[in-house]
Amino acid sequence: MPQALSHLRICDFTGQLAGAGATRFLAAFGAQVIRIEDPVNQGRWDILRGMPPYVDERRGVEFGGPFNNHNVEKLGVTLNLRTERGKELLRELVKVSDVVAENFSAGVMERWGVGYEELQALREDIIYVSNCGFGHRGPYRSFKTWGPIVQAVSGLTFSSGLPDQPPAGGGYSYMDHTGAYYMAIAILMALRHRNRTGEGQWVDLGCTEAGASLTGPAILDYTVNGRPLRRDGSPNSNRSQHPAMAPHGIYPSQEEDTWVAISCRDERDWEAFGEVTGEEWTEEGRFSDLRGRLVAEDALDELVAGWTRTRGNFEAAALLQGAGVPATAVQRPQERIDQDPNTAAWGLWPTVKHRDMGDVRVDGLPVHFSETDWRMERGGPCLGEHNEEVFGGLLGLGADEIASLTEEGVL
Amino acid sequence: MTGPGALEGVRVVELCDELGMFAGKLLADMGADVVKVEPPEGDRTRTYPPFADDEPGQERSLFFWHYNTSKASVTLDLEAAPDRERLRELIDRADILLQSGEAGADLDYESLRETNAGLIIVTLSPFGRGMPREDEAATDLTILAGGGPVWNCGYDDHSLPPVRGGGNQGYHTASHFGVMSALVALLYRDETGRGQHIDVNAHAAANVTTEAGTYTWLVAQDTVQRQTGRHAAVNPSMPSQVLCKDGKHVNTGIPPRRPESFGAVCEWLTTLGLAEEFLEFPLLEEGMRRERFDMSMLQQDEELMAIFGAGRAAMNFLAERLTAYEFFTGGQQRGFQIGIIYSPEEVLEDPHFIERGFPVEVEHPELERTVTYPGAPYQLLGSPWRIRRRAPLLGEDNERVFAELAGDAG
Repeated sequence: MPQALSHLRICDFTGQLAGAGATRFLAAFGAQVIRIEDPVNQGRWDILRGMPPYVDERRGVEFGGPFNNHNVEKLGVTLNLRTERGKELLRELVKVSDVVAENFSAGVMERWGVGYEELQALREDIIYVSNCGFGHRGPYRSFKTWGPIVQAVSGLTFSSGLPDQPPAGGGYSYMDHTGAYYMAIAILMALRHRNRTGEGQWVDLGCTEAGASLTGPAILDYTVNGRPLRRDGSPNSNRSQHPAMAPHGIYPSQEEDTWVAISCRDERDWEAFGEVTGEEWTEEGRFSDLRGRLVAEDALDELVAGWTRTRGNFEAAALLQGAGVPATAVQRPQERIDQDPNTAAWGLWPTVKHRDMGDVRVDGLPVHFSETDWRMERGGPCLGEHNEEVFGGLLGLGADEIASLTEEGVL
Repeated sequence: MTGPGALEGVRVVELCDELGMFAGKLLADMGADVVKVEPPEGDRTRTYPPFADDEPGQERSLFFWHYNTSKASVTLDLEAAPDRERLRELIDRADILLQSGEAGADLDYESLRETNAGLIIVTLSPFGRGMPREDEAATDLTILAGGGPVWNCGYDDHSLPPVRGGGNQGYHTASHFGVMSALVALLYRDETGRGQHIDVNAHAAANVTTEAGTYTWLVAQDTVQRQTGRHAAVNPSMPSQVLCKDGKHVNTGIPPRRPESFGAVCEWLTTLGLAEEFLEFPLLEEGMRRERFDMSMLQQDEELMAIFGAGRAAMNFLAERLTAYEFFTGGQQRGFQIGIIYSPEEVLEDPHFIERGFPVEVEHPELERTVTYPGAPYQLLGSPWRIRRRAPLLGEDNERVFAELAGDAG
C-alpha cells in the first residue's frame, strides 16, 4: 500500500506528548520525521525518554515506555547545537525539510539561531510550527505549562466534575493528546496552503487556546444568556448538557468500584429501559416525559442506581444494549485493551520493534484509509540511531566524517 | 487577521450528526466551503439547548450556533428522488464528504467515486464500519466510558463515580481524527489525484487518547487509579489542587525541588510580608542552600523530606492567602508551572487571551446583536482561522448552491 505523506520531510524538535504526538501521526502515514536530540544530555530535553512504565528491569534513556509509544516510525539523530558545526548541519537539514516542528518554551529556537526569520532565510517556503502552552506572543509567553496546567487554564478542568466536589480535571493529559492533534492539523493545513500558493508560514499554536475552543456551548451560554458554568450545582458533567437526556449518568454496579454508563436519548430509549429493568417506578407519572425526569433527576438517578447495584456492569450494559439503549461498562484498561472485541478487530494495538526494548505494543490510530492506511512497525528511535542514514544518506557526509564528528561531540 | 484561509477552495459536503459536525466547523473556519445538508424540517441539533435568551427556536440553539460557524446550509429531502439526485450532484463536485449518523449512511461509496475519482469520503461512527460492536447505540458518555477516559477521571474517594469530562469531548476527539485524516488524504490527492474512503472510529479514538492509562497497561500490565484533579496513577500522588481565598481553585503543579525554586518561594513569601507567619521558612532557606536534590533519596534522607514537605506546604500556604489569579501569575513569574482553574467563560476575560484575540465577535443580523465566540485554536499567521459567518439559517444557501449546481450542469 502506498504511503500518503512519503513526499514530506519534517525536521522535528518535538518532545513529550503535546509535540511528539503530532509528528507521530504524520510518520504513521509515511512522512520522514527526523527527530533531533542533544547528545550531551542524552536527549533528556524529552523527559519521557527515561520515564516509566518499563518493559522489564532495565532503566535509562533507551527504556522509557512513553517515549517509545509517542515516537514510533520516526528517525532519531543527535546534534550538539552548542557547536558551530552542529548548527551548520542543522541549517543543512532545514534546507531539505518541508516543516520545522517544536514544542519548547518560547525563545529556545531563537537562542539557537533558528527562529522563524532565520529558518525562512534558509528556505523561503518553510513551515514553522511552534507549540507551547500560551503561544509565543502575548503577556504569558514566558509562562510554562504541562498538560494539567493547560487544562486548568483553558476551562476544561473546571468543566469536569460533580456538584459539591472540587474540579475532577481530566485524570490525564487530555490536552497533550489534543494539543498534538491541533499541531498535526496545523501542519497539514499549512502544507495545503503551500501547495496552493507556494508560501510557507509560521503557526503560533498555544495549547490553552486549543483547549478553550473545546467548551463552545458553555461559553455561548455565558456570552448570550449571562449564565456562567461556575454556579451552584454546576458542573455535573456525568449528566447530559447538550442535548438534554435523562437518565444519563454513571451508576454503581455489584462489585466494588465497577460502574455502568447509561444514556436514554429519547422516549423510545426510556420505554426500552422500563421494559428491560421491569422496575415499577419507571411507570410513575413524574417520569413520563423528559421534562419530568429532568425535574426529578436526583431521585431518578437513585432509583436507576438501585437497579444497577443488583448486577454486574457488563451484564447491565448488555441487557440495555439488547434493547437499543446506549450503555456500557466503564472499562478498565485491561478490559478495553485485551478483552474488547472491537479494539482487537480494529487492530488498535500494533506491536512495534524497538532496537533495545524489543517488541512492544503501542497506541494505533482510530482511522483506516482505503488506499493509504497507516503503518506502525518501527519503535521510537534510540539516541543517534539514524545518524548514518540522515547525515550520510541525506546530507552526504562520508563515514569518516561522521565518525570524527561523533568523536568531537558534534553528533 | 484577514486574508484567505488555508483551505480556501476546498469543497466539503457535510451530512453529520453531532459526532462529526465539529469536523465540518474546523474545516469551515479555515476557509473550506462547507455545505451542510439538512432535512427540510432542520437538523435535529437545532433543537438542542441552550437557546438564545432561553427561548427555543430553530435559529436559536447555541449548540447549533457553535458547531456550524462558517458553514452554508441547504435543505434536501433525502427520501425524494429529485433531492437525492441533487445530493449526488453536490457530492460530484466536492473534494470531501463528511458523514456521521443516519443521513447518508446508505450512500454507495464505490459508485460516488466512479463519478468523482478524487473524492475523499470521511465516515465517523461510534465503533467503525463493519466492526463487531457496530450496531451498539452510543452517546458521548458511553464512548468515553467504554473507551477509557472515564476510568482515569474522578476523585480520591472511589465511592464517588468516575467522571466524564464536560463538553462532548468524545465527539471532539473523533472529529479531530476526521480532520487530520481528511487533510492527509487531501495532500495525497494533491500528489496523485486519487481520493479514498476513511473510516473514523470514535471508540478507538477515545482509546488512544488516554495517555498513561493505556500505555501503563500495554507496557507493564499495570492499572492506573483515578485521583482528585490529577493524573490517574498506579501509585497515589500528592494532592495538587488548592482553594484560594476567592473561592477558586488552582493547580499547584510540581512543588519546589531545586535550590532556585526554594529561593523563589522565600522571595515570594518575603515580598508579601508572610515570611514570619510561615513557620517552616527556615527549612525553605535550607533548601535554598542545598547544592542539589536527589529525589531518589527522599525516603532515606529525613531532612530532605522535611525540606521538600516545607516547599509543598509553602505553595499551599501562598495559595490560600492569595486570589487564584494572584497565585497563578505570581507563581508563573517566578518560574513555577502552576495554573488557575478557570471556568470556560472566565477564559474570555483573561488579558493574555484578549491580547491574542481569542474572543471573537460574530454578527447575528437577524437578532441585531453581536455575539462573542471562542476563537482560533491555532494561529496560522499566513492563512488565518476566521469565523466567516454565524451558523446558517435553515436552507439559507439553497438558492446560491442550487444555482451553482444548475450552472455546473449547464
